[in-house]
Amino acid sequence: MASSPSGKPVLYSYFRSSCSWRVRIALALKGITYDQVPVNLLKDGGQQLAIIEYLEETRPNPRLLPQDQKKRAQVRMISDHIVSGIQPLQNLAILQRVGEKKLEWAQHYITNGFQALEQILKHTAGRYCVGDEVSMADLCLVPQVYNAERYKVDLAPYPTITRINKALLELEAFQVSHPTKQPDTPAELRA
Amino acid sequence: MSAVLVKPVLYSYFRSSCSWRVRIALALKGITYDQVPVNLLKDGGQQLTAEFQVVNPMQQVPALKIDGITLSQSLAIIEYLEETRPNPRLLPQDQKKRAQVRMISDHIVSGIQPLQNLAILQRVGEKKLEWAQHYITNGFQALEQILKHTAGRYCVGDEVSMADLCLVPQVYNAERYKVDLAPYPTITRINKALLELEAFQVSHPTKQPDTPAELRA
Repeated sequence: MASSPSGKPVLYSYFRSSCSWRVRIALALKGITYDQVPVNLLKDGGQQLAIIEYLEETRPNPRLLPQDQKKRAQVRMISDHIVSGIQPLQNLAILQRVGEKKLEWAQHYITNGFQALEQILKHTAGRYCVGDEVSMADLCLVPQVYNAERYKVDLAPYPTITRINKALLELEAFQVSHPTKQPDTPAELRA
Repeated sequence: MSAVLVKPVLYSYFRSSCSWRVRIALALKGITYDQVPVNLLKDGGQQLTAEFQVVNPMQQVPALKIDGITLSQSLAIIEYLEETRPNPRLLPQDQKKRAQVRMISDHIVSGIQPLQNLAILQRVGEKKLEWAQHYITNGFQALEQILKHTAGRYCVGDEVSMADLCLVPQVYNAERYKVDLAPYPTITRINKALLELEAFQVSHPTKQPDTPAELRA
């Protein structure tokens, strides 16, 4: 992200990138207008949580992190699990390196990650990942489920993940930011 | 509350970067704790036992039992420690500097370490050295550029921060996988300065309860 001369934030984004989508959701939830500059080659590095935490500190309403310290730790734990423990292991760059067996590779890491995630969500979830308020964890969940579907991961073993994902996709911020509705979404994938 | 009198318990593996980050944080903040070693290689990986699953459903180290909850994910643990035991600081007061600390931490923790951790190298098999070198090199090239902008004595300015806790274990891994560090003078300088600090020494992989004899300092 950067700042345009008018002061509006500028988001460099790729329609299909999980990392970009998380930040688009945050900006939508906080009602922050921004300019989007599509980039075709996004450097994945999971730095988007730092951006979301900065948005949370500088534009605190509505909240993306609970007030309670323990719940806040749970939100970060779930977010980190997805952003460090699942997504990097199935991102574009690594799948290109893996080559032929990339579907199997992606499925393996998403499955592993979702098995652990389903367990932790059983402890933390209410309507959403942690209790009943949308948090940074939810911003990480939805793009990861989208990837799971893209790589044909069977989601039947993860009822909590599935339920929460469905509830989140009903919210406007998750819809306007969806990969099928971005300025750079190719015609054949457009909603 | 009686929970306050109970010492935190850290489930850790001596050589795990993620565990080391938390050990440094606990040392810097002067928090006494008990350590329970979890061997990631023995018995097919002790983190996968039913026993450990009760401790941490996510079956990962580090896991920290503190204040009546169990947390995993090193940065989530460190941020919790920062909020509940704020001195000394591990995150700057300035919001933009704080964002830089998190950005550098995220880059290492999401962009480098997972791509060369134990599990993935086991899967990669034969070409694992080349694989590890590739991802560390890629990551360090980007990191060196970022640090040129943000660094003072340490990663961000002149105070030790969460970013430094992430840097040192990653440099240790780079050395372990024989990555040439000559192209990264800022990373090298900062790493050297940090290793002079006690918290980075007492927490070092060569000095843990589960460090094998042949690797012990």
